[in-house]
Amino acid sequence: MTLQSRNLSLAYGKRVVVEGLDLDVPEGRVTAIVGPNGCGKSTALRGLARLLRPTAGQVLLDGTDIHSLPTRTVARRVGLLPQSPIVPEGITVAELVARGRHPHHGLLRQWTRDDDRIVAESLERTHTTDLAGRPVDQLSGGQRQRVWIAMALAQRTGLLLLDEPTSFLDIAHQVEVLDLVRDLSVEDGTTVVMVLHDLPLAARYADHLIAMRDGAIVAEGRPRDVVTADTVCDVFGITCRVRWEHAGDVSVIPLGRHLPTHGQESPEEPPHARVRVAGRP
Amino acid sequence: MTVQTRPAPDLSAALGAMSLATRAVRRRSLVVLTGLLVLLLGLVAARVLLGDYTITIPDFVRIVTGADIPGASYILLESKLPRAVAGTLAGLALGATGATFQTMARNPLASPDVLGITLGCSAAAVSAAVLLDAPGGMVSLAALGGGAAVAVALVVLSGTHPGAAPGRMILVGIALAAMLVSVIHWVLVRADIYQAHEAMVWLTGSLNGVTWSEIRLLTLVVVVALPLLLYVGSHLQVVELGDDLASGLGRHPRATRTRAIALVVVLTAATTAVCGPIAFVAFLSGPTARRLLRGRPSLLTAGLVGAVIVVAADYLAAYALPGNNFPVGVVTGLAGAPFLLWLLATSRPVKETA
Repeated sequence: MTLQSRNLSLAYGKRVVVEGLDLDVPEGRVTAIVGPNGCGKSTALRGLARLLRPTAGQVLLDGTDIHSLPTRTVARRVGLLPQSPIVPEGITVAELVARGRHPHHGLLRQWTRDDDRIVAESLERTHTTDLAGRPVDQLSGGQRQRVWIAMALAQRTGLLLLDEPTSFLDIAHQVEVLDLVRDLSVEDGTTVVMVLHDLPLAARYADHLIAMRDGAIVAEGRPRDVVTADTVCDVFGITCRVRWEHAGDVSVIPLGRHLPTHGQESPEEPPHARVRVAGRP
Repeated sequence: MTVQTRPAPDLSAALGAMSLATRAVRRRSLVVLTGLLVLLLGLVAARVLLGDYTITIPDFVRIVTGADIPGASYILLESKLPRAVAGTLAGLALGATGATFQTMARNPLASPDVLGITLGCSAAAVSAAVLLDAPGGMVSLAALGGGAAVAVALVVLSGTHPGAAPGRMILVGIALAAMLVSVIHWVLVRADIYQAHEAMVWLTGSLNGVTWSEIRLLTLVVVVALPLLLYVGSHLQVVELGDDLASGLGRHPRATRTRAIALVVVLTAATTAVCGPIAFVAFLSGPTARRLLRGRPSLLTAGLVGAVIVVAADYLAAYALPGNNFPVGVVTGLAGAPFLLWLLATSRPVKETA
């Protein structure tokens, strides 16, 4: 399953947010879109998810213009987790996850044992089995995010689009969610595209990184090639020091205006200034 | 299209947890539905057999199967039975439509009677009856047109579909409702005293003069539109997750809402044309059903609650004060307000997620 955009332009009313985007989502890999607030990364994802009609260009799902496909056909191939989905009152985890089966049902195609099995697998996969009977509105942020991902999994699509799946989560829950995303990619071969705020986390967890600014792609490629002091300066407009270690760990240290600056590759920086994120190798 | 590389995991724990979770919910809704159904049947039986003129069950069976018992036949077939049947149908429609709008807008204020849809039906029907002296069929069509016009105005004036900006839609609805009330007053002022009195009784919401031909119309509409509404309601369950997610799950949120609104307008128009705008029923049934189901909305349960309210209120309206045969709307209006306050006072604070 391939997802591409060709010369894609997206706008809200007259305000053009994304312009001339050419994008090839690598199959079976985790792609992260990063960039400053308002750079159009979430808009680009909404465009890829068919939520916005392009003002120019197109999004191609397996080579077909996504807007020429029926909504339900798209929903059986592409799963989407928007930034702030709404939890209906009183709904339990099991029910919410079951709603992921919606695109596979119709008047003639009702709930079957297979659906039960798929929902059960989605719960197991996201470690939410113990929560099955709990009302979703009583869960913690991290649990709730795992439940939403379980719902997206129950949709059984080979492609998942996640809009800031880690926002409002503390670091432990961020890592928990991103570990799950990697599991899905590595073990199931799911293609994942996610918008992320946190650059080191994105570099750590993505196979492919897309850095955007002002509605266009500034840099794209392997995290190690994209996350450099120059690109970060270019994309976010800050000066920083970037350190890659051989295991693939990356530290991005913003220099700011107040902290003492060391040389570009000073080995003895103060430990408190290092932002280092370690996840699973 | 998921690549299956892992061995099939053991799902018995998850399946067990799921069936436990759904069993509790199902049991609750089964108990509530059965309870409401039994209550409704009891109320309908009381409405038909008891009151100021008691009809025995054997007599009831004989009359319904064609026998003519002087006095009893007339009272049963021309008053008791039509009022019970019309009350049940109207209550089902009002309850389900109210809950549909409330669920869609995620706001208990957003019921068709508060938003002016019911008033649109009333204003058009009263205008047709009083100003044009239109026959019954035309009045029903006018009600439909009035309700549809208000629904379109709501959507256009609030600049968006309900659900997207519930607060705005409620404000527009209240403004429209105020305007329609003055239209109704204007029509009543122009009417002669006899017409005005008749119109006032109807505007209060009344089952007193319901005829079998009106009931046929109402039955037809409810039998067709209510199941459709319940079906669209199952799609609304996806739409209520938010527009983006609904699209992601293959359900067009706008189209789904438009269908739901159209069905609500048809049901409201038919009910209003036959019994007038029965106060508070559409507004109260949803929250009551939700309370019975511990916070979970259900259109069918709300419909049954509506039917129970209307039939019970009509019994009181007819027999509570001997010699007085009130319109049912007087009772629902009187009982509705304190009941609403009780609901408010005892409900858990609702988190505003929209």
